Amino acid sequence: MTTAQLIGQDPGWIIAVKGLLVFAVCVLLTLMAVWGERRIVARMQMRLGPNRVGPFGLVQALADGVKLALKEDLIPAAADKIVFIIAPIISATTCFMSFAVIPVTGKVSLFGHETVMQMTDLPVGVLYVLAIASVGVYGIVLAGWSSGSTYPLLGGLRSSAQVISYEVAMGLSLVAVFIYSGSMSTSDIVAAQSKWWFAVVLFPSFVIYSISMVGETNRAPFDLAEAEGELVGGFHTEYSSLKFALFFLAEYVNIVAVSALATTLFLGGYHALPGLTFTETWLGGWFTLFWFFAKVLFFFFIFVWLRGTLPRLRYDQFMKFGWKVLIPVSLFWIMVVATMRVLSLRGASRVTVLICASAVVAIVLLVNMAYESSKKKISKASQRGPEIPAPFAVPALPNSREEV
Amino acid sequence: MSDQIEPTRRDLGLEPIQISSVESVPVSKNGASSFGKQLLGFWVTFKAMFKKVNTVQYPEVKEPTAPRFHGRHQLNRHPDGLEKCIGCELCAWACPADAIYVEGASNTEENRMSPGERYGKVYQINYLRCIFCGLCIEACPTRALTMTNEYELADNSRSSLIYEKADLLAPLRDGMLMPPHPMYPDMNDTNYYKGDVLGFHPSQEVQT
Repeated sequence: MTTAQLIGQDPGWIIAVKGLLVFAVCVLLTLMAVWGERRIVARMQMRLGPNRVGPFGLVQALADGVKLALKEDLIPAAADKIVFIIAPIISATTCFMSFAVIPVTGKVSLFGHETVMQMTDLPVGVLYVLAIASVGVYGIVLAGWSSGSTYPLLGGLRSSAQVISYEVAMGLSLVAVFIYSGSMSTSDIVAAQSKWWFAVVLFPSFVIYSISMVGETNRAPFDLAEAEGELVGGFHTEYSSLKFALFFLAEYVNIVAVSALATTLFLGGYHALPGLTFTETWLGGWFTLFWFFAKVLFFFFIFVWLRGTLPRLRYDQFMKFGWKVLIPVSLFWIMVVATMRVLSLRGASRVTVLICASAVVAIVLLVNMAYESSKKKISKASQRGPEIPAPFAVPALPNSREEV
Repeated sequence: MSDQIEPTRRDLGLEPIQISSVESVPVSKNGASSFGKQLLGFWVTFKAMFKKVNTVQYPEVKEPTAPRFHGRHQLNRHPDGLEKCIGCELCAWACPADAIYVEGASNTEENRMSPGERYGKVYQINYLRCIFCGLCIEACPTRALTMTNEYELADNSRSSLIYEKADLLAPLRDGMLMPPHPMYPDMNDTNYYKGDVLGFHPSQEVQT
């Protein structure tokens, strides 16, 4: 019986329980994630982080949430009131929706009912996740626009440009996964990785996805939409109280969502690490939950690590990186993957495939070498001629400066 | 010209340095080597996670300050308990923030607070104004005013941050008598200043 058929047999109350669990787990993960992020970043900066509220400061995020909820809810006079209220709701609702198609466990029994912990199994599940992510951008854009203020508007525009740009790269990196697994359904993709994870087979796609998921969630070093030094708070500058809390929640749930998607598509979903597959049957299959969340938390740690390490990119650098590096590279990679796939499906010998692969690598290296040497020539040609003597004590002229 | 000792324009920083004559070092290189260096940065932050944290759990754990930290002031006493302050107001005059208020008064034989003629009758330091620069300490001619290392001076009312003489006076140590009491027999204020008085004399004890 396929996963889709198994889920199709769920009675209504099981679906309700699953929905409730998705919500509860996401909110709980957010609370833990906020705490974990602050603690980890603090350790990276040789601080302790929050350790006052509760044991090890564990309920710090909850305390912050309560504080936010009790704050005065301001709506600026210049704001478009209805849109201003709707925007955070859009953000906070869409972020949960992508979890509907994420398979969290293998076959388990929930209150004596055989099922898998996945709300629904769409044949185009991954496309659905991408679509939901795009709808989530509306929350940010509308928040920026409806605030009736400059910085939020700039932040919202940046954010929308950013998410749209990086979604292209993200979508392209997923194409390789579709080609290899032959399906867009998340459960089929997980099943296709039972032998080799796609993170190994499709390593370039994995790298591109990992980079673009950071861009997609507006996180450091790509958090241009809320660059404090430039835009105050970005799109949520004018928000306070619960509406701000909703954006905050949405940001973290989004992180968990893209991490969960990365786990599903590249790290074998709920499957155990290679060599530990016997653990998948422990606790009646519920132990796969551990593997899933271990992988999600691994991605979350990467997010925190990035934030602790890299400075924020400039906007033009960021856009250049997205459009001129990530997208061409993933287009090229897809071409390679498609060729390989067709070759191996047509029954070409392993030697042919290997020769093709090494030819591709050689071509890439040659092109790169040619590019580097041409750059060196250009930089040599641009070296300055003789010095211009300065007869008087005047400030250096702009053209007497060395181009770096 | 050559025997002039005047500084040149260049020495004075008036002449601009020729940027084109300075060897240019590219800030960063593109390509694989730069990428490798960026990856090194990840290792730095990862390593830092296992280093000892610098945080001091302040209210519970208190680290000693630097020995000459400028903290709360203290009005010192002579070894027999008489006050060192002579009410000269030099500290108040030295204060750039106008935080000190002093009123001097004359010592009498019945009411002697300090050796010599005068003593500080009213002594107030306003810690809302004080900038802890220590100029008052430099101005004090008798070393009556010094600073302690105490830094926990926060409070929730303005009036409680104006410290009176009673708040600032050093506590009585062993061998000290609570003034007013007479001076050490056969000693004058110069002897006190030189440090000839090492403790109180039984004749100084007076019942009030």
